[in-house]
Amino acid sequence: MTAFLARIRAAVGVLVLLAAVIAAAPSGAQQKNPDGSVNPTASAVREEQLFKEMDRITGRCTLPDQKACTLEQPAGRDWRYFSQVTLPWIGAIAILGMLAVLVLFYLFRGMVRIEAGRSGRTVVRFNAFERFVHWMTAACFIVLALSGLNITFGKDLLLPLIGPDAFTTWAQWAKYAHNYLSFPFTIGVVLILLMWIGGNIPNRTDVAWVKEGGGIVGHGHPPAKRFNAGQKLIYWIVVIGGAAVAITGYILMFPFWGGTSIVGMQTAAVIHGIVGVLFVAAMLGHIYIGTIGMEGAFEAMGTGTVDENWAKQHHSLWLEEEKAKGKVEAPAGRMQPAE
Amino acid sequence: MARMKFLCDADRCIECNACVTACKNEHEVPWGINRRRVITINDGKPGERSVSMACMHCTDAPCAAVCPTNCFYTTADAVVLHSKDLCIGCGYCFYACPFGAPQYPRVGNFGSRGKMDKCTFCAGGPEADNTQAEFVKYGTNRLAEGKLPLCAEMCSTKSLLAGDGEIIAQIYKERVVKRGYGSGAWGWRTAYRETIAT
Repeated sequence: MTAFLARIRAAVGVLVLLAAVIAAAPSGAQQKNPDGSVNPTASAVREEQLFKEMDRITGRCTLPDQKACTLEQPAGRDWRYFSQVTLPWIGAIAILGMLAVLVLFYLFRGMVRIEAGRSGRTVVRFNAFERFVHWMTAACFIVLALSGLNITFGKDLLLPLIGPDAFTTWAQWAKYAHNYLSFPFTIGVVLILLMWIGGNIPNRTDVAWVKEGGGIVGHGHPPAKRFNAGQKLIYWIVVIGGAAVAITGYILMFPFWGGTSIVGMQTAAVIHGIVGVLFVAAMLGHIYIGTIGMEGAFEAMGTGTVDENWAKQHHSLWLEEEKAKGKVEAPAGRMQPAE
Repeated sequence: MARMKFLCDADRCIECNACVTACKNEHEVPWGINRRRVITINDGKPGERSVSMACMHCTDAPCAAVCPTNCFYTTADAVVLHSKDLCIGCGYCFYACPFGAPQYPRVGNFGSRGKMDKCTFCAGGPEADNTQAEFVKYGTNRLAEGKLPLCAEMCSTKSLLAGDGEIIAQIYKERVVKRGYGSGAWGWRTAYRETIAT
């Protein structure tokens, strides 16, 4: 009797369990087609539905390279539009625009002269170490700029002239130069940041200087310390722009390192490209003022000394400081008064 | 001329990875490079689906557009190929490719990735057909022998189709009509700006 009851209990238990399983099973797991056949993948994900939920499709794959587990990233097409349309336009407008402005400016203004003529007395403006850092950074920048512009404009401007084989050889070396010279360039930017930050904090003198149009746009001679507002602008362009291209450049140089995603790599390339072409345009202006734009300016980074009258015209407050320290020198070889 | 395409019938893919193995073996692709791979979405969960993916040989291919040395070219069969002699390993094609097709033999070392490698639709490269020079750089050239890509030929469930776009689309449509369901041609909208109406 007890054995019979136990058997009934077991049978009821099995039935209840079966009912529970049937009730719990998703009713739509095996949808039927109109003709009564079964669609075994009716509940499986679909492409349109995945793209509605996210902008790329990622899954699991058995490869060690986990980047391979992204099935589709249509954002690549947006990146293509940036690198082939947006960036070349920004670059062409910024660089050609800057060149046009400089040519026009030179035609109207010409070289800004030392108005009082040369005094013959010089004052040290940049010591040997400062000049070394400047020229190391500048030389690296020129190579980095040309090799960088080659990536965006080379295939349209240079490739048709020299042919695919020569262009690839040049582009390959340009890429190596771009990668390796980034290191001395970064060191140069860090040294520039440290050694000149003291004179480059914006202050009240700069407001007056900008109001008068500085020494190159305006015709007055607003007072300035060692660096005027224009030079401070160049300083901060170099420091902030240099930091931006260096950080994004190293991300590009060590692709996907430290978990950088494809979106991270694309973003780094976008920032690197835009900052790069604007940097080139800004440096064209810097090169102009330092060479044909202003008499007596190049010597500051050439020999390291400037004429006293140049200093009086462009950096009056700084000259007074230097004079107070007794740093203004008479020209070598001239006889000194006896008294 | 044919317009070559791949089509993965995802309702048939069982993630056996035979296409991946066939490709690696046929072209003697080195370790670390995968011209084709199988990706499983929602693995182990309801709604799981596997898709085999390689270069889709896009119409107006993004890789070709962004290449700074113009190393890509499209054959008469609309297969997107590239010259490893002109590639400088900059990695731009990988950023632009919607399908993650470009592969590089090295990572790091200041971004010196080596020459890019990708699926050739078993059509080799710019060298003369079926020469040793072509094989070393790009693998075998089955198209020149009148054969279709080995991944699709060896697919155990005939999920992966390769061939003229109109013919494989027709095969797929017939399948969908006969069995009554189909999840569409994965990647076609992104690669060719068109899809198969089923």
